[in-house]
Amino acid sequence: MTLAEKILAAHADRKKVSPGEFVNAKVDVVLSNDITAPIAIKEFQKIGTSRVFDPEKIVMVLDHFMPSRDIASAEIAKMMREFCREQKVVFFEIGKAGIEHVLLPEQGIVLPGQVVIGGDSHTCTYGAVGAFATGVGSTDLAAAMATGDLWMKVPPTIKFVYHGSLGKWVGGKDLILHTISNIGVDGALYSAMEFTGEAIDALSMDGRFTMANMAIEAGGKAGLFRVDNKTQLYIKSKARQPYNVYEPDPDAEYAGVIEYDITGLEPQVAFPHSPANARPVSQAGNVKIDQAIVGSCTNGRLDDLRVAGQILKGKSVHPSVRCIVIPGSQQVYAEALNEGLIGTFIEAGAAVSTPTCGPCFGGHMGVLAGGERCISTTNRNFVGRMGHPKSEVYLANPAVAAASAVTGRITHPDELVK
Amino acid sequence: MLRGKVHKYGADVNTDVIIPARYLNIYDPVELAAHCMEDIDQDFLKKVEPGDIMMATTNFGCGSSREHAPMAIKAAGISCVIAKSFARIFFRNAINIGLPLLECEEAVDSTESGDVLEVDLSRGGIKNVTKGLSFTAIPYPDFMAEIISSGGLIEYTKKRLASRRA
Repeated sequence: MTLAEKILAAHADRKKVSPGEFVNAKVDVVLSNDITAPIAIKEFQKIGTSRVFDPEKIVMVLDHFMPSRDIASAEIAKMMREFCREQKVVFFEIGKAGIEHVLLPEQGIVLPGQVVIGGDSHTCTYGAVGAFATGVGSTDLAAAMATGDLWMKVPPTIKFVYHGSLGKWVGGKDLILHTISNIGVDGALYSAMEFTGEAIDALSMDGRFTMANMAIEAGGKAGLFRVDNKTQLYIKSKARQPYNVYEPDPDAEYAGVIEYDITGLEPQVAFPHSPANARPVSQAGNVKIDQAIVGSCTNGRLDDLRVAGQILKGKSVHPSVRCIVIPGSQQVYAEALNEGLIGTFIEAGAAVSTPTCGPCFGGHMGVLAGGERCISTTNRNFVGRMGHPKSEVYLANPAVAAASAVTGRITHPDELVK
Repeated sequence: MLRGKVHKYGADVNTDVIIPARYLNIYDPVELAAHCMEDIDQDFLKKVEPGDIMMATTNFGCGSSREHAPMAIKAAGISCVIAKSFARIFFRNAINIGLPLLECEEAVDSTESGDVLEVDLSRGGIKNVTKGLSFTAIPYPDFMAEIISSGGLIEYTKKRLASRRA
């Protein structure tokens, strides 16, 4: 069995599962946010059971329209607070939280070998720690909050092998954009993606989170990494409960094996309006930008801010650009502050915000006007994603976003820092 | 039997265009429906009549997990969506809330916007009345058919919990 099949079998009390089979899988974490929780709470109440199956396994995070954008969002936050208090479920309040997919791993809530479902498509992020994690909708959340399990179709697994070594300014974002542009936005539809190879071994945990995060952008159900020493080191100080490490069998059956040699791969930029529209930054041409965003569940971790800081140190954001930097969690924010990164950003003329998903989905804190262009370390560049339907989003890694903020056009980081 | 006029779209219709995220702090289906498809088809709501059928090519509903997307489509009056393939979270969400989805490549290839279709959900039959053509969609797996016949995932879950207690 593949890694995904091993985890699902263990959670369905089965010796073996095969792709296409339907199973009821026990869930270890049920996550929701201020977009998906309100409907989940309403649907849960319709089921007519008085208590959630296990309050310690249900997590609610305020992050999308938070801190509250308007009265409607404030009402949602209030409803979630009340539900969490009444049901005693795990709740992350503004000031002690962050973007859910940055927050849950650093809090040790998601662990290797778990099945995690979340009312957010980027729940697949937790595959970076070797969990089977997948996005679901609100009604699925409601059912799982009541029963502690959820129906799943066992996905086929596609193995992605990355040979070679990562170049300067190249990270997880570039590997995943390169992959999605190769296989397409439905190239892994309904499938689990298993990421492996020596370039993956060399990738930091933050880089792995970035890759797993965007599995959904290829249609993937999950994006998984095997647990190695880096994972163990990352988890060790955080885990508050035991966990199981699963390994794919040597004779596991894959629906496909796709191999890349990434030596010499440049930083990638995905042009509007598809994450599959990536090209090397040197071939971007002269694309002027109005806004640059560094942050999100994709690239809002400490490694990402360090890279942006390396570029912005001693430089100024271009006069016709606004640069917005959003640490992914309070912890990332505090660490960035300690390392002097926040000072670097402010001195460069960037706005630094409290953790929020805000601009990534056009919610608040950096919404675009008609005709505006943004280079962003986020995950989607669909029509209207960041605001006006006539605005444009270019996806890139933090080095490219920061370099572009300085020059006012899409720029290779080498141009600024040799 | 469903009967309605077709509104056809292309590939990779994502949830951000089905219901833009700026409206996601609304969760009333009727209010959401007022913004359905507005970023790619401003006339959608003017054109759509109760019972109409939405059609698309591949990967319909890709993107976010927002259940607001099938909720908005359903509340706009769409009776079912036919596509060559669906993104998986959208597929779950639609089945869970009772918006019927059918996968049928041939029907999509042979149908244009404005054609009138008749759909028999129980056997997956699709008839293009305008063109006089008939097709059969891929049947639902038994497991999923049970959720649908229960009236959605909430009703199905109620039954499961009742049988656990029994």
